[in-house]
Amino acid sequence: MTQDPVGWLGQLIHTFLVSLGLAPEWARALQAFLAAGALATAVLLLTFFLIWVERKILARLQDRLGPNRVGPYGLFQTIADAIKLVLKEVIVPSGADRVLYFLAPPLAVMSVVGLWGVVPLAPKLVGADINVGVIYLISIGAIGTLAVMLAGWSSNNKYALLGAFRTVAMLISYEVPMVVALLVPTMLAGSMGTVEIVERQREMWFVVLAPIAALLFFISSMAEAGKAPFDLLEAESEIVAGYNIEYSSMAFGMFFVGEFLHGFTIAALTVALFFGGWLGPGVDRFPLLGLVYFALKSAVVYFVVIWIRGTLPRLRIDQVNAFNWKFLVPLSLATVAATAVTDKLAAGLGWSRTLALLGVNGVLALATIVALTLYARSVRRRKARAERRIGAAATARG
Amino acid sequence: MTVLQIVFLGLGLATLVCAAMVVTSPKLVHAALWLIATLACVAGLFVLLEASFLAMVQVAVYIGAIAILIIFAAMLTRRVMAETGGQPNRNWWAAVFAAALLFVGLIGLLREVPAWSAAVPAALPLAPEPLLEDLGQSLVDVDRYVIPFEVASILLLAALVGAIVVARPSQRADEGEGT
Repeated sequence: MTQDPVGWLGQLIHTFLVSLGLAPEWARALQAFLAAGALATAVLLLTFFLIWVERKILARLQDRLGPNRVGPYGLFQTIADAIKLVLKEVIVPSGADRVLYFLAPPLAVMSVVGLWGVVPLAPKLVGADINVGVIYLISIGAIGTLAVMLAGWSSNNKYALLGAFRTVAMLISYEVPMVVALLVPTMLAGSMGTVEIVERQREMWFVVLAPIAALLFFISSMAEAGKAPFDLLEAESEIVAGYNIEYSSMAFGMFFVGEFLHGFTIAALTVALFFGGWLGPGVDRFPLLGLVYFALKSAVVYFVVIWIRGTLPRLRIDQVNAFNWKFLVPLSLATVAATAVTDKLAAGLGWSRTLALLGVNGVLALATIVALTLYARSVRRRKARAERRIGAAATARG
Repeated sequence: MTVLQIVFLGLGLATLVCAAMVVTSPKLVHAALWLIATLACVAGLFVLLEASFLAMVQVAVYIGAIAILIIFAAMLTRRVMAETGGQPNRNWWAAVFAAALLFVGLIGLLREVPAWSAAVPAALPLAPEPLLEDLGQSLVDVDRYVIPFEVASILLLAALVGAIVVARPSQRADEGEGT
């Protein structure tokens, strides 16, 4: 029982259901639904806490106090906000596509909650150990893009449609470096299953073997989650509020919940794929200790997410896309090629895998910095030349 | 009836209904969304066949791609919100004929498969994990699919280069901006 508490609980429920006269096959199907419901509920309840954490840390970063009226340290502020949202009127704009309008918010939440289905929380504690977990992460992300598009289109509002267009452009673009960066842990682990990827990090966390890939994944998933500096989804000064402008009440609340949960989800995914997931001392004796390690590591990464969000200003849309296509994509392709070749070479020549991969990543990082410096210099020179030309033209005219 | 059979029948029915809606829906965007629903049901069928890799790729590629398609539909057509009337035009009987021919042809091909007449479905020769590895191996195996794979790669590369060439601003416009 101490070795596999969840499996033990599942067995207990199964025995109970069968004793009620249910066929074992049907009992298993019902159990799958129950487990999925339990996981989704737990994750969504966690969001209440996460919203409080994010607001509190953001406030501290900005030299404010943050929510501090409702409950101890303002802990129940989110619950008060949720009640307020539920009690508000749901407004449907005239000319809106009603069905699609109400389909978008649940899809947005689903695309985030669905990610938790393959996150290994502790040894033997995972929603579904499918052998294509990494691709599953990407395909669920695609559903999030669809939700944004639906919301923007069905609202019958030009700002919403504009917001949706640029958001979709950004999300689809940032999927490319994310997919390519995900190839690196897949190659290192020799499997696409998230459970297997965590197990293979017993010798060494993948963040040590592939620091650049970890950074690329982290940046591109920040963009997927729409966290600042990539929060083009709701640039108040440019497009009012983006794709969710027409939504009110809990329909808006769902987008809101999905967005906040996504921030923690990318932290959890980064931890599972690169920071050893639930691995830690003593995990094999007490599996539930893995849950603690996983939560602690995720909390640290989540803090970094909020920290970046509170520090960096929002980028312009052309900057966001240029950064992706001209910097992240080439770098991720180079990383995959370098990692693949080095990993095979190190195995063939008997070098230390960690040292070889770390060395290659160091060379790659150095080359990137040199290339960026040279590029910046050439941009500066071109600008100076253009300014001189304009100045000369002005004197000739004057 | 087992759980699997019920799920299969439900999914098959949903696929057919969604597919019918794709070709009859009066609004362009709705047709695109029904297409997404159809492809999602097909992904479900792949899952039932234990081809989880294909199912995931189906969702990742098609749903993302169709979101882009909707953007184009909304940008390139006028009055997308309005109903444009029924989709069928004068050639509907030719389409029905072609579809029927394809269906009969597929049935004819399927009858050649040995499992068609078998009462018990054939077991999978391999577990899911080696199946996936086999798929990867076959793409780089000289005796199997390496040529189609490479041809597809070159085609996609050409499309990428072409997109960059088309989108590239002309040299003069670049100077005019003074960047």
